[in-house]
Amino acid sequence: MKKSLIGLVSAVALLATPAVAADKVKIGFVTTITTPAGAMGRDMVDGANIALKHINNMMGGKQVDFIVEDDGFKPEIGKQKTDKLVKQDKVDFVTGYIWSHVLLASRKSALANDTFMISANAGPSPVAGKLCHKNFFSSSWQNDQNPMATGEVMNKDGIKKAYLMAPNYAAGKNMTAGVARTFKGEIVGKDLTKWGKDMQLDFSAELAKAKAAGAEAIAIFYPGPAGPAFIKQFDQAGLGSSMKLYTMFTVDALALQRLQKANLKGVLGSYNTMFWAPDLDNAVNKKFVADFKAKTGRYPTHYAAQSYDAIMLIKSGVDAVNGDLDNKDGIRAGMKKANFPSVRGKFRYGNNHFPIQDFHLRQVKADANGDWFVSYVSTVTKDHQDTYASKCKMK
Amino acid sequence: MDTTLLAAQLINGLQLGILLFLLASGLSLIFGIMDFVNLAHGSLYMVGAFFCATITDWTDSFIIGALLAIPATAVIGFLVEIIVVRKLYQRDHLDHVLATFGLILVFDTTTQMIWGPDGLVVPLPAWLDTRVTLFSDIVLPTYRIAIIGVGLAVAAGLWLLVSKTRLGMRIRAGASNRDMIGALGVDINLLFTLVFALGAVLAGLAGMMIAPITEASVGMGNGIIIVAFVVIVIGGIGSIKGAFAAAMIVGLIDTMGRSYLDSLFKLFMSNQNAETSAPAISAMLIYILMAAILAFRPQGLFPPKGR
Repeated sequence: MKKSLIGLVSAVALLATPAVAADKVKIGFVTTITTPAGAMGRDMVDGANIALKHINNMMGGKQVDFIVEDDGFKPEIGKQKTDKLVKQDKVDFVTGYIWSHVLLASRKSALANDTFMISANAGPSPVAGKLCHKNFFSSSWQNDQNPMATGEVMNKDGIKKAYLMAPNYAAGKNMTAGVARTFKGEIVGKDLTKWGKDMQLDFSAELAKAKAAGAEAIAIFYPGPAGPAFIKQFDQAGLGSSMKLYTMFTVDALALQRLQKANLKGVLGSYNTMFWAPDLDNAVNKKFVADFKAKTGRYPTHYAAQSYDAIMLIKSGVDAVNGDLDNKDGIRAGMKKANFPSVRGKFRYGNNHFPIQDFHLRQVKADANGDWFVSYVSTVTKDHQDTYASKCKMK
Repeated sequence: MDTTLLAAQLINGLQLGILLFLLASGLSLIFGIMDFVNLAHGSLYMVGAFFCATITDWTDSFIIGALLAIPATAVIGFLVEIIVVRKLYQRDHLDHVLATFGLILVFDTTTQMIWGPDGLVVPLPAWLDTRVTLFSDIVLPTYRIAIIGVGLAVAAGLWLLVSKTRLGMRIRAGASNRDMIGALGVDINLLFTLVFALGAVLAGLAGMMIAPITEASVGMGNGIIIVAFVVIVIGGIGSIKGAFAAAMIVGLIDTMGRSYLDSLFKLFMSNQNAETSAPAISAMLIYILMAAILAFRPQGLFPPKGR
């Protein structure tokens, strides 16, 4: 009774006066809207908006104010935008963050100002280990986790000689290290290529090297527009017959849209690993994917799924304190429980606030309408925790 | 050393050089002859790629797409010259830089508004999407060989145009003394418009040819235009011959750096350091070369005669 009275009073207050900042839950969202990687950012914003719609834009009885900022694919701009959100807009949470180097540059701006930071994609190793922080949470994964699952799959496939390729930045190094940690064969070569706004998109020299090294398989990490470019050139060079292609965070809904347009059938039937799939069988995911497709006309990527989860995670924290945003300890305790409807199903948080979760094998298939998507096949690793958690001093 | 790999990398370097030449030749003509700094040259590269991608999508033929995108890019070149660039010739270089930087933003935003942030793929026709085998064991995508062929043909055509035709004579004369050629009754405005449109077509052609390998994406020209400027500084501003030689040098250095620098570094540093520093250093190599050229031969390798 008392609660509903408060609700009524606050509703009246909301109607009577123009909304003041303190009445709202303010969430800042830093992602890449411009540059060729802008499609990834758009997918994240779309995913977050589906979540906001599902919760009627309300958390803990308060309206949500959702502010999107563009990092322009640059660490220094990401940091500036985080500063702006924290100091000028006085947000309660910052989230988003596709890129590990942007996240690493921005984290202090949020955490030093007692603002919660939730990474909806990037999971660089320092943040999971030594630099772990009580107010930092991940709604995605630590960078090494998925590549470790890929290494396991390569072992099962009997690969003896592998070549690794990734962009030359924090996440690229984590990804290749992750594969190397579980892969039991020989790594015959490795290339880290130029990354950023003017990333390298022509891999002719590297593909020639991989072939000359006698690799049986090539494992790559190329998120965003570089992925389809790589796969096209791999196909154009005719390497598919002599080399098996393993991808990490490369073949997603955005890449498949492009590859299907280019009619690159070589990618159909190929495998990759991920913590989630659009057809992962749980009620939350079904609703999310159906609504996302209805709104945008395309399959969601993992970027969208993680952004959906980031909003739901924040809601679980704000709900736990009934909207009392000054109760940071309460919000943190609420979020730490991972007690929210996640598209990946049930999971829990480790001491470093990274998910302990399953990783699945997925295969590229055509759906009933002929659209290509990545479909769940089997679960590769269960309850997987990243290896950096032991370096984090938090309990 | 593996000679097959070396040969394959030489051809890869040549192909990158050809693309750079197409961009740099137009840039060099515009800079050298009209004394106009055009930062937005990379935007015309992007426009060419998007036109080609769209027309290829409509007609299901990459060849028709490229053939129709060439005049379409020329039209954009004409419009940009007439509406914006023409008013800037009398101003100094800083104004050129400011105005054409503004043009980049206009082009990027307009492209994103029309085509969205996704980028467009350009499928190759089946007969180009094959492999050729050279010297019995070097297997290369046919399309990359085709790029080299088209680029060399364009280079030859450009050389004929500039050195053997009346238009080429006027272009060279205009570069030497603009007022005098105007006094002799040549319509210098028309001439400059033609040169600008020619530069636009060359840049657009480079964009069309790279699109099937990467894709047409917003801002795709903004990184490569820096490299094109490096090429014309090394080659000598205003010189087609210089642009050609420097583009080949830059293409080869970049490819060779990416291929062999990490193995070289591993000889004297830890594997991990070599793996991270090699790509950074190989991206720097061409700038180191440019700095050396500026220090020892500031006019470039092949400066145009008579200036």
